[in-house]
Amino acid sequence: MTLTQQVITVAMCVLGTMATRFLPFIIFSDKRPTPKYVHYLGKALPAAVFGLLVVYCLKGVSVFSGSHGLPELIAVAVTAALHIWKKNMMLSIVGGTACYMLLVQLVF
Amino acid sequence: MQKTVVRRRALAAAFPYTVPIFAGFWFIGLAYGVYMNVSGFSFWYPLLMSMTIYGGSLEFLTVSMLLSPFAPVQTLLVALMVQARHLFYGISMLDKYRGLGWKKYYLIFGMCDESFSINYSAKIPEEVDRGWFMFFVTLLNQLYWVSGAAVGGLLGGIISFDTKGLDFVLTAMFVVFFVDQWLREERHYTAVIGVGSSLLCLIFFGPEGFMIPAMVCILALLTLFRGPVERAGGLA
Repeated sequence: MTLTQQVITVAMCVLGTMATRFLPFIIFSDKRPTPKYVHYLGKALPAAVFGLLVVYCLKGVSVFSGSHGLPELIAVAVTAALHIWKKNMMLSIVGGTACYMLLVQLVF
Repeated sequence: MQKTVVRRRALAAAFPYTVPIFAGFWFIGLAYGVYMNVSGFSFWYPLLMSMTIYGGSLEFLTVSMLLSPFAPVQTLLVALMVQARHLFYGISMLDKYRGLGWKKYYLIFGMCDESFSINYSAKIPEEVDRGWFMFFVTLLNQLYWVSGAAVGGLLGGIISFDTKGLDFVLTAMFVVFFVDQWLREERHYTAVIGVGSSLLCLIFFGPEGFMIPAMVCILALLTLFRGPVERAGGLA
């Protein structure tokens, strides 16, 4: 690839990313009231999206080989349990991550 | 004078929320910079790409696209597919980003998974300016990512990673946001729809192609069950 082609390739990635980030704000601008359906989606989507993001983070985990996804399962459970118990974001994240690091470095 | 106080207070409130992102972004950003370096690119590439594209998984993909024959249309389509989930973030943030002047444009530009999650979920204290709070969350997160990528690109193969498993910090963060949202809602229809659709699509379509089908499923189910979900109430 020439430098120009590289610049265009990166520009296409920027364009694709920004299209997905700006589109909803362009379609549903401040000037017109947001349709009720879209307003409903805005309220209903986040819980679903957080679920999607957790699955997205764990998509590479193989249940049928290696450690069978056990370290991930345990660490997610520890993170969730810590958070339900103490409701302290930092504690849950640090605790869950430390648990995962110990599991993959020492146990599995 | 008054403005400085407002900004400083917002920065002080925003910073603690971004600490886990610092750990996660520096780790993954470094790995990305190193990957670009060993693929034969100077540190300018990870620096400029992390500033302009600012989306982790796509940036990793761009490396292999830069090493392949020139295909701009295909590149654009891949970018749109990988990043499509941002459409959902935008729909969720329509109200929260409203009326923030010039800051709104930067907030939308920098709306990655992590900045969206914090800005959507954070309980911003009343005395803190919402616009500046979300601005600093977004800015700090981007600074972590760009600096991590640039340093990784500079150091290249010199670094060896003995921090195995640290990348779990971002997974843990999304688990926390998920649990937070779960505890806040009386009924859990939407959370179950999200996890269920994602898992089923992951099984059927595999890790590389499940995002778009999962998003379509979520949208279809939320539309189909709009009545029960709205009647259940308690949507936070």
